[in-house]
Amino acid sequence: MTETLTGAQIAIRLLERQGVRTVAGIPGGAILPIYDALGQSALIHHVLARHEQGAGFMAQGMARASGQPAVCLASSGPGATNLLTAIADAKLDSIPLVAITGQVPKAMIGTDAFQEVDTYGLSIPITKHNFLVTSAEELLDVIPRAFGIAASGRPGPVLVDIPKDVQTQAIEVADWPAPGARELPPAADAWAISEAAAMINGAKRPILYLGGGVVHAGASSVAVDLAEKANLPTVMTLMALGAMPVDHRLSLGMLGMHGARCTNLALDECDLLIAVGARFDDRATGKVAAFCPQARIIHIDIDAAELDKIKTAHVGIAADVHEALVRLLPLVSENDRKAWVDRTDALKRDFPQHMPDLDQPLSHFGLIRTVAACLDDEAIIATDVGQHQMWVAQGYPLRRPRQWLTSGGLGTMGFGVPAAIGAALAEPQRTVVCFTGDGSILMNIQELVTAAEENVNVKIVLMDNASLGLVHQQQTLFYGERLFASQFKATPDFVKVAQGFGIAAVDLDTAANPCAALMDAIARPGPCLIHASIDVEQKVFPMVPPGAANHEMIGN
Amino acid sequence: MNAINRNELQALSRAVLEIDVNNHPGVMSHVIGLFSRRTYNVEGILCLPVGDGACSRIWLLVNEDQRLPQMIRQAEKLEDVIAIRRHNADHAVFSELEAFFRP
Repeated sequence: MTETLTGAQIAIRLLERQGVRTVAGIPGGAILPIYDALGQSALIHHVLARHEQGAGFMAQGMARASGQPAVCLASSGPGATNLLTAIADAKLDSIPLVAITGQVPKAMIGTDAFQEVDTYGLSIPITKHNFLVTSAEELLDVIPRAFGIAASGRPGPVLVDIPKDVQTQAIEVADWPAPGARELPPAADAWAISEAAAMINGAKRPILYLGGGVVHAGASSVAVDLAEKANLPTVMTLMALGAMPVDHRLSLGMLGMHGARCTNLALDECDLLIAVGARFDDRATGKVAAFCPQARIIHIDIDAAELDKIKTAHVGIAADVHEALVRLLPLVSENDRKAWVDRTDALKRDFPQHMPDLDQPLSHFGLIRTVAACLDDEAIIATDVGQHQMWVAQGYPLRRPRQWLTSGGLGTMGFGVPAAIGAALAEPQRTVVCFTGDGSILMNIQELVTAAEENVNVKIVLMDNASLGLVHQQQTLFYGERLFASQFKATPDFVKVAQGFGIAAVDLDTAANPCAALMDAIARPGPCLIHASIDVEQKVFPMVPPGAANHEMIGN
Repeated sequence: MNAINRNELQALSRAVLEIDVNNHPGVMSHVIGLFSRRTYNVEGILCLPVGDGACSRIWLLVNEDQRLPQMIRQAEKLEDVIAIRRHNADHAVFSELEAFFRP
């Protein structure tokens, strides 16, 4: 049956056919036709963010929690530029996102029209791909393709810029395209797989190095199977935390700049590094020349451009990591590898992550562990960026892929609250905890009112040291204790701020029984801010100084 | 394009890249942006449509430095790049144009 539909109606129908049920955004002049069509949709729930960056991070939270591409909407000009940080963040962490922006009418493009900006040009370096749509007809091709590109290969953000006259152009639509879907890459090279298996079987001191790609590919469980079968001590990047439970007997936890001493020392001794869905990021490797100096390298990644980019692999396999691991598993022999496992156990015993004052619920690690004690593995843990993020990465018992949502590559303060809201929208049956800091939360605090409006089950744990903690730490350690612009002279009353935005708030500083107050706040459904002051002098340790080798870490 | 940098001064020779792309506005920006944002100078650019105009061919003259293999892999990932072939600097495509570039 042929229907006459506008570009805006076509766009919304394509989102519906794509299975999209929640979108986040803010309307404005150049995207009003799409909002008009969206208002008529019985299937899609629109979440009205209070800043486009918040909408972008809500979509990210949905995508990170579910693994499916998520959608954010913004108008032209400032709407689009406000989205850019969230899009860049998705690019660096390989998160499937479809950002739809309104644009001034085609005839006005290039005239410095009101709220005109070159969204297409601005988004080229921070998207996986982008489109400037020039006709309503084209939407039938572009929107399914945008979802396909976002989800296929190495996932990433795709931006679709739609001029207003394209949104209002009416055309006849007879046939609908199939929804865009994830396409699998070619199978892994059989010779390389067998070569990798032979290297693992022959290795004396191998380490399995898991990156975020393992989570994206749904390969966590087969990665754990491989580790167990061959007794491979396993390190994870910040993005991969939860791929293997951090308290698994073979887990060495997070590697790199703020990894435990035992983790980085074990890497120094390994004779084979099996990198899976990891990209040898500088925060993970430290000084590259000194990273795993004795090791041969197997590198498996869906993005061929990652192979040999930082470290030359002895065997490089460009493939879906799930497919590659499934094929590798039967070729790898069982091996108790006792000497090496004993050695890494000894390192774990002698050089563990130091977590002082665990029994004090108002110490940084004590607070994190008390929150963990209130929850099971079904909860989602989001963070902002800073000291609190690293302490949670070090101290929270993450045990499940997609349990952990954090801004890794771009390190965007302001990520946490909107991402947690997005995760709660996508997975309403779960409790979502957002650890944040007083610096980070202020960067997207306006989304507290969105949390109230949507009544999402988000518990915001605010670790307040009235400073930009990681800056304070670096100035203290590496800039002669010259503290500048890292301590806030005026600080808001966050409890009142949260209440003012319409969400419950509790202050653990003044609670008669902080533990009980915390448990009560987490158990109560709906959004809540939990405020706790922490000591500004506490550092994230150990720490690899910038530019140093991982074994040169300072602090215990 | 960017001024020549130390990496490129050390380049031993040049290479010619032949890139088949979909022909629409923005493709050139995608391809060239990969180079410019890494401060990798492009010495020569030539682009014309091929056949019915659905595709174009971009010829680039670039300095050969150690980053070139990574540049090619990054370019291969672009949605609108269909194929890339690498040639030596003595390829005829640029040398035959020299008449148009006499000072």
